[in-house]
Amino acid sequence: MDFSLSMEQEILRNSVRDFAEKEIKPVARELDEKEEFSYETMRKMADLGLFGMFVSEKYGGQGMDYVSYIIATEEIARVDGSHAATVAAGNSLGIGPLYYFGNEDQKMKYLPALCSGEALWGFGLTEPNAGSDAGNSKTTGALDGDKWVVNGSKIFITNASTRITSGVTALCRTGTREDGRPELSCILVESGAPGFEAREMHGKLMWRASNTSELYFDDCRVPQENLLGPRGHGFYQMLQTLDGGRLSIGAMGLGGAQGCFDLALKYSREREQFGKPISNFQVNAFKLADMALEIECARLILYKACWLRDNNKPFSKEAAMAKLHCSEVMYRCANHAVQLHGGYGLMKEYDVERFYRDQKLLEIGEGTSEVQRIVISRLIGAL
Amino acid sequence: MNIIVCLKQVPDTETQIKIGSDRQSIVTDDIKWVMNPYDEYGVEEALRLKEKHGGEVTVVGLGPKRVTESIRTALAMGADKGILISDGALDGSDSLAHAKAIAAAIKDLQYDLIFTGQRGVDDDLGIVGATLAEALNIPQLSLIVKVEVAEDGKSVKVQRPIEGETLVITSTLPALITAQKGLNEPRYASLPGIMKAKKKPLAEKSLADLGLNSADFGAGARKMKILELTPPPAREAGKIVPGETPQEKAAQLAKLLHDEAKVL
Ligand SMILES: Cc1cc2nc3c(=O)[nH]c(=O)nc-3n(C[C@H](O)[C@H](O)[C@H](O)COP(=O)(O)OP(=O)(O)OC[C@H]3O[C@@H](n4cnc5c(N)ncnc54)[C@H](O)[C@@H]3O)c2cc1C
Repeated sequence: MDFSLSMEQEILRNSVRDFAEKEIKPVARELDEKEEFSYETMRKMADLGLFGMFVSEKYGGQGMDYVSYIIATEEIARVDGSHAATVAAGNSLGIGPLYYFGNEDQKMKYLPALCSGEALWGFGLTEPNAGSDAGNSKTTGALDGDKWVVNGSKIFITNASTRITSGVTALCRTGTREDGRPELSCILVESGAPGFEAREMHGKLMWRASNTSELYFDDCRVPQENLLGPRGHGFYQMLQTLDGGRLSIGAMGLGGAQGCFDLALKYSREREQFGKPISNFQVNAFKLADMALEIECARLILYKACWLRDNNKPFSKEAAMAKLHCSEVMYRCANHAVQLHGGYGLMKEYDVERFYRDQKLLEIGEGTSEVQRIVISRLIGAL
Repeated sequence: MNIIVCLKQVPDTETQIKIGSDRQSIVTDDIKWVMNPYDEYGVEEALRLKEKHGGEVTVVGLGPKRVTESIRTALAMGADKGILISDGALDGSDSLAHAKAIAAAIKDLQYDLIFTGQRGVDDDLGIVGATLAEALNIPQLSLIVKVEVAEDGKSVKVQRPIEGETLVITSTLPALITAQKGLNEPRYASLPGIMKAKKKPLAEKSLADLGLNSADFGAGARKMKILELTPPPAREAGKIVPGETPQEKAAQLAKLLHDEAKVL
């Protein structure tokens, strides 16, 4: 067994950490308060190479392994959830499906701009009435001559209504299978297509500097060749995409938990009450010890899941476990971190306040914790 | 224009330094090692000069194998080649010996400029740059915050701040520059850069490879001896100057500065 990272992975971690501390941390609080997606930090993250990390160089990607992608996401999440969301959704949900299921023309057409970060792409699965039950999508795609006609709506779609969004992948019902169940397919809809509108959603508790949208398709016509992969493969593509996406949500949980721990440790050693640092009270030291332990375990399960993926071994169960565990570890770490900060931890001036809010999405997005438990239960043969 | 950048690996400035039981060295177990920040300015400046004038940037590091990571980081930032001087016999050597080994590795290379940091943030000695320039018999320009190479690539004009003024110096090339904070804002190693760095050449040299005699290195050959390391004294609590009005406070402060601190 070898637990060491490669030298490239170490350099990557140092570089992304340094970048996140200097470029993102100073602006994160203000962007969160204004509920604003920043094109400036987006540009800087793209210049660093944070988009297309696992995509081959041929399409403008970095050709790195999944562990590297996860480390980079973790380091961004260590300072801010919103920016990590832009990166994780950009790679796993935007770029991922196009890269893994697109044909050569589609890849050459869309990937270079997405990998250079000049453009973003959304992944539209969730609908107002189909969340955990995404297979029950009501949005339809009907072939009319050489065009797909898309009708319906999607909700909560990340990166789908920025100025630079070039399109979305929409999960559509394209017919009925022989067994009577819906036939699902993914259709690519470019921004600006007639009948397609993406509206930014406001009033979020968390990820306030990440772009979230509602999508409306009203007789939206797109060319027949905008079908992603074979017709009827939509559900399979969705499950595959979410397996990878879960690792990036895991990375956000792990990085966020680490961020909470680092802030809490520093604060607890500096803050004095009753004449000594509060970290010297055993009850507080034990909280920090628990956080350190949980983060260590979370890192092991997440990196193992990535390692399985990099080595072409089955990883669905471990991905669900990593997503579930890392997000729950961050839940406990954020809670301890705020507790250790006392009243100050409830004020916006202290970053733990934002971590406490940002954490909640991780137990809901890309399959709720309940859904992860269902997935794991099935994979261990209990359900 | 060919440029050499010397780099040292030092404990991350956030590391909590602990003194070892021998009272002459620090405990290195939990240390995170990073490129000396002043050397990072050197790497950045070399890359900017290369982008403007063309040529090659070679990074030279000295120390155990872990120093490879800092050299690869410089390669990921955009440097072309690396050299690591690594030899068990170097353990315990002083800065003079380090400069001697680096000079031996550099002397047969083609170079117009050499950058070193103005000092390492670990020992804070600032000896290697000067000693290296002396060994190579080239001019040394120290504590530099601005570098301009002439169009013809034959001379350099640099700025060094002193006591609120700026000293402008010109020198022929080749020359050695020690980088000071303010010279530039170093770039990050980008992800594509990290992947490219994997394929860049990095040669490892022992003292024998450099034609040097191990007996001239190591603890036994030190000219500088560390007698004892002690932690800095704990900072004492501050004092709040009493007084109702600003005038009263100022008078109190002046009195304290005169009677207690004895600086007035
Ligand atoms: C900020 C943000 C960004 C998002 N980005 C995207 C995106 O880019 N693309 C996208 O497609 N979606 C995105 N989503 C949607 C997200 O994936 C869904 O919100 C999530 O899948 C849950 O669906 P739902 O909200 O409809 O909740 P529901 O499915 O209605 O669930 C409500 C509750 O019921 C529970 N529940 C549901 N079914 C079961 C069951 N069978 N057994 C036990 N409990 C169950 C759930 O666990 C949950 O607690 C995003 C959401 C947010 C908030």
